[in-house]
Amino acid sequence: MYKHILLAADGSENAVRAAKEAVKIARLSTETLVDIVYVADFEKAKSDVLHANSNDALMLERRKKVQNAEQVLREANVTYKVTILHGSPGPEIIKYANVNQVDLVVIGSRGLNKFQEMVIGSVSHKVMKRVQCPAVIVK
Amino acid sequence: MQTLKQQWLGNIRGDILSGIVVALALIPEAIAFSIIAGVDPMVGLYASFCIAVIIAFVGGRPGMISAATGAMALLMAPLVREYGLDYLLAATILTGIIQILFGIFKIAKIMKFIPNAVMIGFVNALAILIFMAQVPHFLGISTMTYLFVAITLIIVYTLPRFVKVIPAPLIAIVSLTAIAIFGGVELHTVGDLGNISQSLPAFLIPDVPISLETLQIIFPYSLALAIVGLLESLLTARIVDDMTATESDKNKEARGQGIANFINGFFGGMAGCAMIGQSVINVKSGGRGRLSTLIAGLFLMFLILVLGNLVVQIPMPVLVGIMIMVSIGTFDWGSFKYLVKAPRTDAIVMLTTVVIVVWTHDLSKGVIAGVLLSAIFFVVKISTVKVIKQDIHYIVEGQLFFASADSFIDYFKHADIHEKSIIINFSNSHIWDDSGVAAFIKVKELLAEKGIKVEVTGLDASSQQIMQKLDHMSSSH
Repeated sequence: MYKHILLAADGSENAVRAAKEAVKIARLSTETLVDIVYVADFEKAKSDVLHANSNDALMLERRKKVQNAEQVLREANVTYKVTILHGSPGPEIIKYANVNQVDLVVIGSRGLNKFQEMVIGSVSHKVMKRVQCPAVIVK
Repeated sequence: MQTLKQQWLGNIRGDILSGIVVALALIPEAIAFSIIAGVDPMVGLYASFCIAVIIAFVGGRPGMISAATGAMALLMAPLVREYGLDYLLAATILTGIIQILFGIFKIAKIMKFIPNAVMIGFVNALAILIFMAQVPHFLGISTMTYLFVAITLIIVYTLPRFVKVIPAPLIAIVSLTAIAIFGGVELHTVGDLGNISQSLPAFLIPDVPISLETLQIIFPYSLALAIVGLLESLLTARIVDDMTATESDKNKEARGQGIANFINGFFGGMAGCAMIGQSVINVKSGGRGRLSTLIAGLFLMFLILVLGNLVVQIPMPVLVGIMIMVSIGTFDWGSFKYLVKAPRTDAIVMLTTVVIVVWTHDLSKGVIAGVLLSAIFFVVKISTVKVIKQDIHYIVEGQLFFASADSFIDYFKHADIHEKSIIINFSNSHIWDDSGVAAFIKVKELLAEKGIKVEVTGLDASSQQIMQKLDHMSSSH
């Protein structure tokens, strides 16, 4: 069964939907650990630091970003942990998944239109292409 | 924290590559900041070389890039205009000495008393000033000038989507300089504003009279430079700390900035500090260690030695376009939301900082005004005490001390109390000093005159202690 599930979270509604799917899969076994991964984007580092009163306040701000996903897992009594990474969201998730050899990646899709996807690029699409394990994209 | 060996050799490949990228991105900025300061481009280039190389060894934040910066260039411009380059070099050396002292006396700790409203105002004002400094170089010169600025902006904003390895500003410079030269386009060039000498910096002693008068001239500038340099450096260090999820020694960084500026002044460089934009580029390009900063400085000097005669041919409009990009990148675009969402007083502090800087062209004045204003707001905020009545319970909310004592007494003076006995609850309050105790005793007496008995609950331990120390006063009454 999947022992180590990576759940990508960014505070959005899509992440909550992804968390719900992760719960369904995690419940199949009691040994499953869901690893909620949030990536603090390099592009936002300057403004994050400027707007935070202290390093602890910044840490708290980021923990809040995974709170909605965390709540879904807590209510379902699934074992989980929270990991905060720094970098560019797509590549960081891929690197983390591959280095730690997670068994499954669950990620919400932002629902971009064709044009947005061409310009900004979809994180879920990048992740799906380059992780070395099965990936679930939640619509 | 990492060992020194890790800081130097822990990431060799990434550090060398990112160092090269940063060197390429540094050149246009070093030239543009020299122009802002009113000195030859070499002064900024030498500064960037010296500071980057020295800070690689003595800095407290591995992977951070320090060089000639806009914030410092803006501060020194009036000094250069009135007294010339030698006074700037002397001021740079003195800036270094002040910063070393700040480092020794652990001034970095004071940084946490600077509210983020002031820091947000600082970066916004800096962005506005960098932009304003570009205006004379493109406004009303020629149609070609506008066209080249526009093309530069298009290149630097669209190309990074497709080309990730080479910095877009470099592509803009190379291609547009080539077009201008071979197309024979009439444009102002860097060469019109100063010379580039293809030589290494040499040791020199600034040609200023060593006298009290010289000190009086340079000291105000040096102090402002020291403060602003440390402010931007320590903010940048926090950003690099965050991006790399590591910690750094802020006092060592302050000392390092001082050492770098001190030596830099003797080699003909203008005062500099850490750069937010370049440090972010460095970390994003894979730079983590001290080696990246060293390579950035060395490669920059190498490029100038090899390509110096081409650098003077860079059209000014291209440089202006790149600096507009830098100012847009420096501005905190979250500020508009901040103005709406943050407490009103914070928004006022932020705006005041911006307005004073833009008005005086002096970042240090804006920061000092911002800090003072927020200190006043803070005192006003905590010096109001509210009392909430719940039948016979009177709940005190806020800090009771010399500044708030009056508002506490006033409440009970005017309160319409019908009960014969009341309870004053201090669980949401704290008594800080004798004035606080005195105010309480006065209230007790006041109520006693009206025949009301007072009981106290919810005093925390240290408030109780202060009360006990002064309790004999009320009992002797």
